[in-house]
Amino acid sequence: MAELTQTQRMKIKRHEMPNQDEIVRRGNYDEVALGYSFNTAREEAERCIQCKEPKCVQGCPVGVLIPNFIKALREGDMVKAVEWMKVKNNLPAICGRVCPQETQCEGNCILGKKGDPVAIGRLERFVGDYELAHRTCPLSKAPATGKKVAVVGSGPAGLTCAVDLGRVGHKVTIFESLHGPGGVLVYGIPEFRLPKSVVYGEINYAVECLGIDIKADHVIGRTFTLEELLSEYDTAFLGTGAGLPSFMRIPGINLNGVMSANEFLTRVNLMKGYLFPQYDTPVKIGKKVAVIGAGNVAMDSVRCSLRLQTLQARKKGDSPGEVHMVYRRSKEEVPAREEEFHHAEEEGVIFDFLTNPLEILGDEKGKVRGMRCIRMRLGEPDKSGRRSPIPIEGSEFEMEVDTVIMALGTSPNPLVFVDATGLERTKHGTAVADNETGRTKKRRVWAGGDVVTGAATVISAMGAGKRAAADINSFLTGEAPW
Amino acid sequence: MYKILRKEVLSDVTKLMDVHAPHVARKAQAGQFIIVRIDDFGERIPLTIADYDRNAGTITIIFQEVGKSTMQLGKMEPGDVLSSFAGPLGHPTEIENYGTIVCVGGGVGIAPIYPIARSLKEAGNTVISIIGARNKSLLFWEEKMRAVSDELIVCTDDGSHGRKTLVTEPLKEVLENQDRKVARVWAIGPAIMMKFVSLATGPYAVPTTVSLNTIMIDGTGMCGGCRVLLDDGARFVCVDGPEFDAHKVNWDSLLSRLQFYRDEERLAVVEWEHKCKLDSALPKGGK
Repeated sequence: MAELTQTQRMKIKRHEMPNQDEIVRRGNYDEVALGYSFNTAREEAERCIQCKEPKCVQGCPVGVLIPNFIKALREGDMVKAVEWMKVKNNLPAICGRVCPQETQCEGNCILGKKGDPVAIGRLERFVGDYELAHRTCPLSKAPATGKKVAVVGSGPAGLTCAVDLGRVGHKVTIFESLHGPGGVLVYGIPEFRLPKSVVYGEINYAVECLGIDIKADHVIGRTFTLEELLSEYDTAFLGTGAGLPSFMRIPGINLNGVMSANEFLTRVNLMKGYLFPQYDTPVKIGKKVAVIGAGNVAMDSVRCSLRLQTLQARKKGDSPGEVHMVYRRSKEEVPAREEEFHHAEEEGVIFDFLTNPLEILGDEKGKVRGMRCIRMRLGEPDKSGRRSPIPIEGSEFEMEVDTVIMALGTSPNPLVFVDATGLERTKHGTAVADNETGRTKKRRVWAGGDVVTGAATVISAMGAGKRAAADINSFLTGEAPW
Repeated sequence: MYKILRKEVLSDVTKLMDVHAPHVARKAQAGQFIIVRIDDFGERIPLTIADYDRNAGTITIIFQEVGKSTMQLGKMEPGDVLSSFAGPLGHPTEIENYGTIVCVGGGVGIAPIYPIARSLKEAGNTVISIIGARNKSLLFWEEKMRAVSDELIVCTDDGSHGRKTLVTEPLKEVLENQDRKVARVWAIGPAIMMKFVSLATGPYAVPTTVSLNTIMIDGTGMCGGCRVLLDDGARFVCVDGPEFDAHKVNWDSLLSRLQFYRDEERLAVVEWEHKCKLDSALPKGGK
């Protein structure tokens, strides 16, 4: 391709992501976004004007060298593109799928000022998938240092930290409480958004290249305490996430048919409940489902509900039912990733904005039969900068539902703090850690990701894992004593 | 992978297994539980620890075949491996010298009550144990229980062994006895039994501890499926329990939640039995 002028580049339209048909996909768990072809990816890459001071890189929590990999991609040099990618990001196939690009790299893209930003996320995914299929760039490993590092949790923070430490030659052991690695990437994010083959592909490759040991079924705080780990390892990194679900403090939360989004998604994703009875763990879905909340977890819950209803209806030969998303603020405040909201809309989710549940109602058998709700209006902006919802007096009404899924955020699991003297926690239950280095108040212990920030994004956890790995390495090499 | 080292058939439907899991055995204590998963298709099954051997690195589990997963587990033999085995989970029993205490074990609940009775006995308590089951064939560990108890009362619903009564009757008699004041009661068994034990000890204001076995997915505090209503709010059995003050538990809510997946459980059993029939109809060793 001949070199284009800047004006020519800016005239190219952003390339749409090909998606699985919205009717068809309601009845399966296959990935929705199908990914760019090589040609489309190269054409999209032509749109990048290669800023001298790229703002997109500043918007990325791990600082991916975006213009560099895009340039290599449009020149058709995939090996080089992967190399540039892996300078900062070891898990691109995951990030390209789940990052909120619109508020990060793409939100900063200069093209976005007048038109559509470069589809950086989709290009990242393309490069990541290429590497998963072709393995052009094995992770290199420095000679062994003889230092031993324990990483607690194998989600995005732990994995990133483990990989970076493994690459510089430290012996890394990951402790995972569940039966397999991946954390929220496996138990939380559904197959249709992030195929498990992608997650396991990335993990297995990193583990093989770097000789990382993963110990599943190890619940730190119970199987071993943090103190016990420190007697065997030089340092420890806590990437235990925020797995403890919150329930609304309203009557009726213990009725049958009320569950946390964590329970629902774990049944569906980790335990493959949608394939019951081929898999042993069942998952129950009603005809009228209400998901409370509007974050990414809520989006995943409504979309899993729709699919379960469709599959169930096909088996029984009746109508699928309805899925509602009940949110106390308005459409403008929806915190979920844009693409997920859009997909949920396409798939037929009914949105009940400015609505807040007051009570879950049960029948005589202790099963959910409805929800008493109140309408809300938006008042002045609160501390988060969002307009705060205020109940409208006298607007109470009943909603007929048989399943209620609470997606109201999560807090860190307290188990890791058991017998961990000196490991300070905030009143929200999160670990106190330095934002730049990840150092906690306990010697030789670092923490990062949701266990420090509370529920946030995959990429911010990866960023924290990366920063902590750099500081752990400095500590282990004696450059930065405690 | 975790190898089954020993299997004992305690009754037609009750099986004991020693599983090699040194990471769990090194710290296991009375009152705690483990999560076992048979294979890659399996569910995560919570089972209370019946015994442990730190030197051998083994955990003893005892289970009753009540659903598809436990039926499948029951068919496994020494040498077979389990795909996952996590723990020890939950809080251990608070062992102290309380004076005279009563341990009630119903059905398969005799298994987890045993290490508690033993630990309480070792701590200097006078231990009165009451064990019961629907019939003689479902009773097990009578001699083991006798060995760690100062007094053992055995009963069956149908009178086929020991006294013909429910465990609550002898419990009330013990509580009525003015000569020795019962300081505490532990009860483990079917939820309905624990409810009635709780009702029996209530009027005597004897602190009563029960070990709850609710629906659970991960067992580490993540799903909240195990939540139980106490009189001051909801708790998670996996991280806050599994032992709770029986007099604070909302039993009706608990019993109702245990029923929620009954249809699916039945379906799974039907499918499993069908598969077993097909397997046994096929000639062994291939075509």
